[in-house]
Amino acid sequence: MRARNYFIGAAFALLAGGMAHSAVAQEIKIGEINSYSLLPAFTEPYRKGWQLAVEEINAAGGINGKKLVVVSKDDGGKPADAQTAANELVSSEGVAMLTGTFLSNIGLAVSDFANQKKVFFLAAEPLTDAVTWSKGNKYTFRLRPSNYMQAAMLVEAASKLPAKRWATIAPNYEYGQSAVAVFKKLMSEKRPDIQWVDEQWPPQGKIDAGPVVQAVAAANPEAILNVTFGPDLVKLVREGNTRGVFKGREVVSFLTGEPEYLDPLKDETPEGWIVTGYPWYSIKTPEHDAFLKAYQAKYNDYPRLGSIVGYQTIKSAAAIIAKAGSTDTDKMIAAAEGISMPSPFGEITFRKIDHQSTLGAYVGKTAQKDGKGVMVDAVYKKGSDYLPSDAEVEKLRPKD
Amino acid sequence: MAFYVVQFLTGLASAASLFLVASGLSIIFGVTRIVNFAHGAFYMIGAYIAFTLTERFSGAFGFWGGVVVAALAVALIGVLVEMVLLRRIYHAPELFQLLGTFGLTLMVEDLVVLIWGPDDLVGRRAPGFKGAVDFFGQNIPSYDLFLIVLSPVVLGILWLLFQRTRWGVLVRAATQDRDMVAALGVNQKWLFTSVFAVGVFLAALGGALQIPRDAVHHAMDLRIIVEVFVVVVIGGLGSIVGAFVAAVLVSELNAFGILIFPKISIILVFLVMAAVLIVRPWGLFGKPEAAARKTPGLTVNPWRPLTSNERLAALAALVVAATLPLFAGNYALTVGSEIAIFVIFAVSLHFLMSVGGLASFGHAAYFGLGAYGVAFLAKMAGLPMIVCLLLGPLLGCMGAAVFGFFAVQLSGVYFAMLTLAFAQIVWSIAFQWVSVTGGDNGILGVWPEKWAASPSHFYWLALGVAALVTIALRVMVFSPFGYALRATRDSLLRTEAVGINAKRIQWTAFVIAGTTAGIGGALFAYLKGSVFPDNLGISLSVDALVMVLLGGVETVSGGVIGAIVYKALNIWLVSQTDLSKLVLGGFIVLIVVVFPKGIVGMLEMLAQRRRKASPPGSPLIAKPIESAE
Repeated sequence: MRARNYFIGAAFALLAGGMAHSAVAQEIKIGEINSYSLLPAFTEPYRKGWQLAVEEINAAGGINGKKLVVVSKDDGGKPADAQTAANELVSSEGVAMLTGTFLSNIGLAVSDFANQKKVFFLAAEPLTDAVTWSKGNKYTFRLRPSNYMQAAMLVEAASKLPAKRWATIAPNYEYGQSAVAVFKKLMSEKRPDIQWVDEQWPPQGKIDAGPVVQAVAAANPEAILNVTFGPDLVKLVREGNTRGVFKGREVVSFLTGEPEYLDPLKDETPEGWIVTGYPWYSIKTPEHDAFLKAYQAKYNDYPRLGSIVGYQTIKSAAAIIAKAGSTDTDKMIAAAEGISMPSPFGEITFRKIDHQSTLGAYVGKTAQKDGKGVMVDAVYKKGSDYLPSDAEVEKLRPKD
Repeated sequence: MAFYVVQFLTGLASAASLFLVASGLSIIFGVTRIVNFAHGAFYMIGAYIAFTLTERFSGAFGFWGGVVVAALAVALIGVLVEMVLLRRIYHAPELFQLLGTFGLTLMVEDLVVLIWGPDDLVGRRAPGFKGAVDFFGQNIPSYDLFLIVLSPVVLGILWLLFQRTRWGVLVRAATQDRDMVAALGVNQKWLFTSVFAVGVFLAALGGALQIPRDAVHHAMDLRIIVEVFVVVVIGGLGSIVGAFVAAVLVSELNAFGILIFPKISIILVFLVMAAVLIVRPWGLFGKPEAAARKTPGLTVNPWRPLTSNERLAALAALVVAATLPLFAGNYALTVGSEIAIFVIFAVSLHFLMSVGGLASFGHAAYFGLGAYGVAFLAKMAGLPMIVCLLLGPLLGCMGAAVFGFFAVQLSGVYFAMLTLAFAQIVWSIAFQWVSVTGGDNGILGVWPEKWAASPSHFYWLALGVAALVTIALRVMVFSPFGYALRATRDSLLRTEAVGINAKRIQWTAFVIAGTTAGIGGALFAYLKGSVFPDNLGISLSVDALVMVLLGGVETVSGGVIGAIVYKALNIWLVSQTDLSKLVLGGFIVLIVVVFPKGIVGMLEMLAQRRRKASPPGSPLIAKPIESAE
């Protein structure tokens, strides 16, 4: 009796194993890494976004008839742990490509890993220009508009302001530093008459907002560039509002229009800041409507920018694999260079020259509506219009 | 002029929130000697609960009532934690409580996201303190003025509590000499519980009062905990006035420092602490610690070298580990290499902590310096891998030599905090000096050469080095130098009385530990192919501490086991579950309760018991041990 049970069990195991095996052959696995535990405010909507994409892709018959599976890992916000995760995904899970990452240094670490191990990497969120330029490599592509592109979009609006005395507040790490550097450079090119009167570099996540705001006010600028976000932004805005520092001053601010950062401000939302962001409530295009409807139907929640990034990352990955017709790395790279595809923001292209996608961003002004922060007068800026000339890019990027 | 006055007042307001939290920590440490890593977590829970209450109950009564109720509720949680967890481990080795409170902190970080969701929460402004007061054309938020008034009031209340009540007298007595207080028949249990409750109440109050200024989010705890520790140490442990003065000093230096050096905030508190500790080894208002009355043999089981059977067993384990590439895949091998590297790291700290009795809170500095050493040599000088591996750790060695010289002048927690300050200074240099270190984007492309590139080769390399390092340190433990070092740990006075230059011995140990950590870092750079300031960061230092404590401080091989268990578990959990911090934290808390001597310590105790149970035994040795217990 016992032996027989054993035998049946073994038979089942064999059968299950065989089925699992055949299932593997019909699957395409994509690896995904992000800072889920460190930055849940961004990564939770992001996760929902890519899960929606996976569902849509598989409902439509998968990629070239194969089911898409995304294996997701947390990097805890540490580059070293991200590499451990990348290694697990590649060596142990056998994924076709890596995607994801939020922080710039993690994006760079995974990109370097991809370059070393010859794996395709689609960076979702890291903004640093280094990912596609100074430390760019053959294997790495990036979805989100880079620091440079967002700065260029903001400069376009900012240079039209009459203000001549500018001060900057930015978190003291690479993102803040390079955002300020690019903004200053582009701004000074367009407006040589501008003076930079003060700069503040609070540590990321640890701003002592009162003294910072007060110090900026003391320099008496006519306009302020802000690069802080998240809890730092909240503190900055609150102190600034109470102390009246933003009154009568123009403020230009990176990322502040993204629901992740704008929504917590509620009735403290400052009026009239020029920001980049994602006004999901006022975008009226068929592509976005379709996305919004699907997202709200699935989650009963509104999308954040992270949702768009997550959604489009996996959609892009699928489009690249579908075009390549294979999960061979070189074929995927060849397919990805110059590929165009639809996105909730309209058509985007992954450029051959630097592997940057032309996904853009919305630029508009902040306002309050019923005690909530919103973006008004928002205009979509295509990424392709805010990149330097090909000749310049050639100079910025090392030869493969 | 008005600007400077306003900036000064703004600094005072910042100091107020720092002081509330710091005073609680100072009281707790002073009496219970617990390094309460969870203090930041209590601060954060205070803010979260106050957020919920103030959102539900509006109006002045709702707001202030909500703040106070939140603080009381968290104090209650604190009492529970003290009674259920900490009471069990007061007699564990020094710093072991750090491990328990660290586990709690991990759990809380995941729990608040589970309960309150991932979004940043922005609470109400305080009723009656919404606007600003005009001061010669400069605005001062009225809430700042409220905080400025509040903190001396709290200071006053605490002073009265400590100077004018019987409870305060007992607390002060316990701060000075808790053994004596116990000997006089005071019920320590309730004294400790009440002190812990007061401390936690202050932390939660500090958190709740942040609602009108800050966003409530799941990383609030880490943002404040280190700074608060620094403030407490600058002020002098156990001194409330000291904490107040230190909070004001740090906040004012920051408020005015950023006018001249806008990037100073990132490192300021650590610079101040290093300067204060070098000049005043016990902080501004601290008193020299009374010599602890330890039982002469710190370890109940005297250390001994491995017997030949145990040596064979260790060798067998090593051989088994070396066969891993025969059946494991590339991922397992890379994880194996990482674990081997962390064994090196943990063993180096273990040498300093267990043998030397010097707990470093900044050991990652030397690990990271080793990694940066390799990165510089490989990327800038273009040296071959072997040379880089041999020379890279020298940077760790040099760092340890310089910082160790100052650090060993201190002892106990002051030593630990000075090492932390040095580590943060090194970290901020790596972070800020973008042109050389690449800043937080790090140095990329430090990959091993062909002969070591395959995961199995690298694994053998890491395993071999780890084995060599472990053996070398073990040999040292049982060498005359090791005995001298243990002597300085067990009784500094007697050591010096017999003519040993204790400081020089400790310094040497520090350099050895730093260099060893550097070896680990050098390998780590090649394993990951890149170096980031993270490699020098606080969280890595804490990881090392946790590994050593988990393995068992009072043992010889605790570091090895602790590193393997912690690292393997960590990697596995992060890969398997979204709630890795909750599970890992829970596991650590469980270990703390079940194995109060660490894993190896517990195993040794069990072995000892079994030996005792078996008839022959050696009653001569067993007896004095029992009386020592």
